[in-house]
Amino acid sequence: MTTTTPPVAAIPAKPPETSAAAVAKKKLSSPIASFLTIIIALVWTVPTFGLAVSSFRPERAIKTTGWWTFFSDPVLTLDNYRAVLSNEGSAGLGNFVVNSFVIVIPSVIIPISIATLAAYAFAWIDFPGRNILFIGVFALQIVPIQVTLIPLLSLYVDAGVGGTFWTIWISHTIFALPLAIFLLHNFMKEIPRELLEAARVDGAGHVTIFFRVLLPLLKPALAAFGIFQFLWVWNDLLVALTFAGGNEVAPLTVGLFNLSGTRGNAWHLLSAGAFVSIIVPVAVFLALQRYFVRGLLAGGLKG
Amino acid sequence: MFTVPSTAVGKFAQAGTAVLLFVAVVGIVLFIASRFSGKRGDKATAVAFLAPTVILVSIGLIYPGVRTIFQSFFDAAGKKFIGVDNYQLIFTSSDQLVVLRNTFLWVVVTPLVATAIGLVYAVLVDRSPFESIAKALIFLPMAISFVGASIIWNFVYAYRPAQGTIKQIGLLNQIVVWLGGTPQQWLLDAPTNTFFLIFVLIWVQAGFAMTILSASIKAIPEDIIEAATLDGAGRLKMFRFVTIPSIRPTMIVVLTTISIASLKVFDIVRTMTGGQFDTSVVANEFYSQSFRADNQGLGAALAVLLFILVIPIVIYNVRQLRSSEAR
Repeated sequence: MTTTTPPVAAIPAKPPETSAAAVAKKKLSSPIASFLTIIIALVWTVPTFGLAVSSFRPERAIKTTGWWTFFSDPVLTLDNYRAVLSNEGSAGLGNFVVNSFVIVIPSVIIPISIATLAAYAFAWIDFPGRNILFIGVFALQIVPIQVTLIPLLSLYVDAGVGGTFWTIWISHTIFALPLAIFLLHNFMKEIPRELLEAARVDGAGHVTIFFRVLLPLLKPALAAFGIFQFLWVWNDLLVALTFAGGNEVAPLTVGLFNLSGTRGNAWHLLSAGAFVSIIVPVAVFLALQRYFVRGLLAGGLKG
Repeated sequence: MFTVPSTAVGKFAQAGTAVLLFVAVVGIVLFIASRFSGKRGDKATAVAFLAPTVILVSIGLIYPGVRTIFQSFFDAAGKKFIGVDNYQLIFTSSDQLVVLRNTFLWVVVTPLVATAIGLVYAVLVDRSPFESIAKALIFLPMAISFVGASIIWNFVYAYRPAQGTIKQIGLLNQIVVWLGGTPQQWLLDAPTNTFFLIFVLIWVQAGFAMTILSASIKAIPEDIIEAATLDGAGRLKMFRFVTIPSIRPTMIVVLTTISIASLKVFDIVRTMTGGQFDTSVVANEFYSQSFRADNQGLGAALAVLLFILVIPIVIYNVRQLRSSEAR
């Protein structure tokens, strides 16, 4: 099993050798096709690689020569990382890194839990108005967050929590709910009804069923949505710019954004800072890639 | 508890408190729900399970949405009713028309190019010995933030004047120099600069297109292919008349999903040019008007415009998603 093959039931474990793709591939298996593949692969990797190399080069070298000259004249330093991870000077991003972690943990746990409860109610409890309510929540996925920002901001200020972490946690929770409920509902619907009915016959209530029967089965779905939400929150700029008033609570994306705006040519800092911000989601992503692909195929991409 | 802690430890403690507080709320919800049983219990459980969602969504999405629509008919300070003047401005002022033109370019070019690259690449690496690693390379940019991607590409586009011994530090200009050309300031001249920005989103989204389309190609039933082979279909015909029609619904889902993302693009434009040099788009203009120019009315109107533009694409997307699932 390759790491990127999506584990979806509809896809045969071993695709037939005469698949349409194979035929098309033979057609395209010419020198031109190989050339094209290599070009695409290079364009998709070399820019990141160049920035990675630069992050270890001394400031002077980065500003006077291209990163590719590194191979003929290799000089390595960790100064750039020291500068961005400290909190001294205008370039220090240390606090922003802390804030990113502080923001992301509750912003992933809280919406997943709320959405799991709601998805359970929509999938397995009969109550009047269920379909209407579900369609309503589903339809809210359409709302672009831009539409909500300013009224939300004034609500937070009126409530006296303006500029604190609470505004960011609550906002990410709210924006995640429609998609989370939709995805988890779809996964829950796939669980055989007999399993739940058997538990009910044994006298289990909804709460028991929820914890004993459903939660263990839902692990892959929760992991899938967990990664989406993690990437979304960690990589978010708009929500953080809007609600994180000053730099005290702003995450790394905002720190990098400011640095890029005020010191756009400080490539030694930008490259190291960008790498710190990239390495965390890439690690999470690679570790849980299987679930991510599964979630993608289930229709989950937040715009 | 509702202030900003000054130390890292304090911040994590507050995050822990938030999670615990919330666990307590869920605990109470579950406790109430478990007190009831039978038919009445069903209703009570449903209410308890859905209450947090309904409350949050009403306060955080429905109320603000309605409020913004209302606000879009008011002036910059949000005091005086001015009818549809804000919308009229969007479609008549020359600055705003540039914004609309750029948004149109993003929404059309990004999905088409990203999907084409994703499809071609998926077919080319399919069942090659390097398939999984080749796919991972294209896929990885999806984990990178738009801000990170913007910095990566700003560095590729970096410019140094071509005089004396000054060397290029940006890869693109170095390639131009190697080929005997003069270095360019890629992000300065409209409208070509928009295409250099669009490429960054293509770079991020092609992996998404590739993954979905690859799965769809692998799922084409064997009997269809055999039947076509028996009918004497050649390779090109097979691609044109079997592969493409089979994955068509999925392709449309991919195209529409990427166009929704393109319509809302903000981070890339904001980080790379800040919307200067005629590169602004609706989502960026919304931010500039709302938070920089203090023109609340126009900002609200731009947000509503975004909303209106998204609706038809989403409806089409959902329909195609249904038909591709039914298949």
